[in-house]
Amino acid sequence: MGSITLSNVSKSFGEAKVIPSIDLEIRDGEFVVFVGPSGCGKSTLLRLIAGLEDVSGGRILIDGQDVTQKAPAQRGLAMVFQSYALYPHMSVRNNIAFPLKMAKVDKAVIDKKVSDAAGILNLTDYLERRPSQLSGGQRQRVAIGRAIVREPSAFLFDEPLSNLDAALRGTMRLEISELHNQLKTTMIYVTHDQVEAMTMADKIVVLNRGNIEQVGSPLELYSKPRNLFVAGFIGSPRMNLIEGEFARSKGAKTVGVRPEHFALSHESGLWSGIVTVAEHLGSDTFLHVNVDGIGQVNARCDGEFGARHGDRIYLTPNETKLHRFDEQGLAI
Amino acid sequence: MATQNTKGLARLMMAPSVILLLVWMIVPLSMTLWFSFQNYNLLNPANVSFAGLFNYKFFYSDPAFFQSIWNTLVIVGGVLLITVIGGTLIALLIDQPIFGQGIVRILVISPFFVMPPVAALVWKNMIMHPGYGVLADFNRFFGLQPVDWFAQYPLLSIVIIVAWQWLPFATLILLTALQSLDSEQKEAAEMDGANVFNRFIYLTLPHLARAITVVILIQTIFLLGVYAEILVTTNGGPGYASTNLVFLIYRTALLGYDVGGASAGGIIAIILANIVAIFLMRAVGRNLDR
Amino acid sequence: MARAVTTRHKVIATAAAWAVALVIFFPILYTLITSIKTEPEAIAGFSLIPSGTFENYVTVQTQRDYIKPFMNSVILSVGSTILALIIGIPSAWAMAFSPTKRTKDVLMWMLSTKMMPAVAVLVPIYLMFRDFGLLDTRIGLAIMLTLINLPIVIWMLYTYFREIPGEILEAARMDGAGLWQEIVYVLTPMAVPGIASTLLLNIILAWNESFWTIRLTTTNAAPLTAFIASFSSPQGLFWAKLSAASTMAIAPILIMGWFSQKQLVRGLTFGAVK
Repeated sequence: MGSITLSNVSKSFGEAKVIPSIDLEIRDGEFVVFVGPSGCGKSTLLRLIAGLEDVSGGRILIDGQDVTQKAPAQRGLAMVFQSYALYPHMSVRNNIAFPLKMAKVDKAVIDKKVSDAAGILNLTDYLERRPSQLSGGQRQRVAIGRAIVREPSAFLFDEPLSNLDAALRGTMRLEISELHNQLKTTMIYVTHDQVEAMTMADKIVVLNRGNIEQVGSPLELYSKPRNLFVAGFIGSPRMNLIEGEFARSKGAKTVGVRPEHFALSHESGLWSGIVTVAEHLGSDTFLHVNVDGIGQVNARCDGEFGARHGDRIYLTPNETKLHRFDEQGLAI
Repeated sequence: MATQNTKGLARLMMAPSVILLLVWMIVPLSMTLWFSFQNYNLLNPANVSFAGLFNYKFFYSDPAFFQSIWNTLVIVGGVLLITVIGGTLIALLIDQPIFGQGIVRILVISPFFVMPPVAALVWKNMIMHPGYGVLADFNRFFGLQPVDWFAQYPLLSIVIIVAWQWLPFATLILLTALQSLDSEQKEAAEMDGANVFNRFIYLTLPHLARAITVVILIQTIFLLGVYAEILVTTNGGPGYASTNLVFLIYRTALLGYDVGGASAGGIIAIILANIVAIFLMRAVGRNLDR
Repeated sequence: MARAVTTRHKVIATAAAWAVALVIFFPILYTLITSIKTEPEAIAGFSLIPSGTFENYVTVQTQRDYIKPFMNSVILSVGSTILALIIGIPSAWAMAFSPTKRTKDVLMWMLSTKMMPAVAVLVPIYLMFRDFGLLDTRIGLAIMLTLINLPIVIWMLYTYFREIPGEILEAARMDGAGLWQEIVYVLTPMAVPGIASTLLLNIILAWNESFWTIRLTTTNAAPLTAFIASFSSPQGLFWAKLSAASTMAIAPILIMGWFSQKQLVRGLTFGAVK
């Protein structure tokens, strides 16, 4: 079991209110991602759940039990840290076994669990090595192994992939998703990378300045962003946010068009503009277009659509996929 | 990770050292301050009376006082000059690719580990002795009159001995700082057309500035307290020619048995040391914020 | 620099560096050589070739009882350092891992006690030692040395402890380690190198301390600093014997010093230069 409830949780460091007040419901087995720009309070929120920080107000419930005053180890959670936080003086085996040793688990049981975890994580050949002799990805897996053996009610990940290079990050992303499918344990994952959030999460919590901007499935956030912040944060390349005459004609202060929601043509269209930069990725091409009367617009098109710096092209936004926002930045 | 119970524990863990150092600072200091206003002579301990500013006036009117302040400044300034310039040059030299760098380094830093009485006696008897010292042997070899270092140049002799002890410290710290200079920076400067001299002025020296500051400040603190070197070589003489403030206070207290006078001198020494300390604390404190 | 250096440059630099190094090391080398000369040889003029006698070492022991001050030096330097570690480790620990707003001020204040000139408190300390019967006792001097070096010990330990990443402690806490287990299984193994360096440097500093050790002792508790200083009186002026005594006084610490070069920089600059 691993349902977690935050009720009216707040956190201040001295004068600074990092988290004014948050209510959140995480169901058992969910993969929840906290995402937001740096300094939005997502890591603090995770550490409050872990018990590494004291809450300033509110309550935290795990499986209906109030754990607000409990020590980190008594909450039945496991955490994977950004720096992996492996014990440098212990072998991989001892690193993974450490939490079991602390719980005074029987020696034979420890050996069994460690070798099981090592099997799942492809670490069997490395058990006697020290962390310093491992690659970044392997260290990451040891950190995960250390979390798995405790059979926690929920895993907490604090930006676990940010120290890895791009290729490895892709692989580890898959591995963590697979692990979740296998274990079906609640996972809370903190990241500033909206791609990680979109690809892994069952439920995304978008945070900004200590407040929850929106909670929802990746597709909900993509198709129905509740406000300008979420609209700008979710989706890559970013949504074009257009103000002025065009927005007024749609009855809104701001209108959002995702780069992929344009019909492009070399001959005719609603808007016309000059290509400033064309980034060819092969399958897709990202065009940065200076549109007359509108300004800079990003558009995404098929890789076959030939366009180069200086070309005049025509764009027509897809009317059914427009996002409209009012004066307060809320979706209409 | 500052949860409530760890905070309480932290205070408890700090208590012994804080209390000890607090007592160690306050008790003797306040006693010194108190004595400095008393007529108190160990030869006549029953007769203690309030002296007002007499001890300070006495110290102030003693010609040896100004001489000792001047000598203190000469020792500090002279040693700093030799060690900082010499240390920088030696550090630059050792930092070159050379054969046996490790051994050279060990030889150069060795004097630092020699206890002051040994350093002073070795220099006094084996190097600078007018009859049997190595320098005298050299002078005679070249047909020159041997120099009686401690009679003719007592203060300079002490500066040389102390500089020999502290040169390794300056060298080692400057060398460490030098080795942390990013070699890509040097290469970038080379690409930008800076020659060896320019690289030293615009790149190396600014990089060393912080280390040099630290060397100057830390050495100053220790150099203000030079004592054993004087004790075993000149014993402050001839006359007061090589008496520094520390030595003058020591003489007043334990040879003159004048507790009041020595205490007044002590307070003056504290004021001097504090002027330096303020600068050092700032330099080190800035490092904490990093 | 990843570039071939001309051999000529390297040879010149090597020669210059060795010349400088040997000049600096010369007084120590010459002491060593003189210590194995006979007394007449020692004053017979400059010579680097001794007759190789060890008689002086024997004489220093039989005439002046070298072992006693040597043992005092060992006991005082090691004892005071261990005492300082016992007091210093918990507080450096607390400041490194549970820092508060005042931690920095406390550290600076501790450092400031180190700036107090020893001579300024010579009189009260001397009188207190006299009144409490601590003059010329090992315990009194050990307390002095502990107090003098405590700020450096705390500072060194603090800079080492601060390099232990906080996340590791949090991980241990998440893994269910209690305070005691945290200390035994995680912190101690990670802190041992720093503690060892601190120990080494402070033994060196305590061994060479030459103000209090000379002023507060006469015979019973006198360590090597006081012992050697007593050679300055005229009747002690025997070059070869002085050299033998000096060699024995500096040899152990010189060797320790060679091993602690790196820590020395760090410890003596209070972490400002690494």
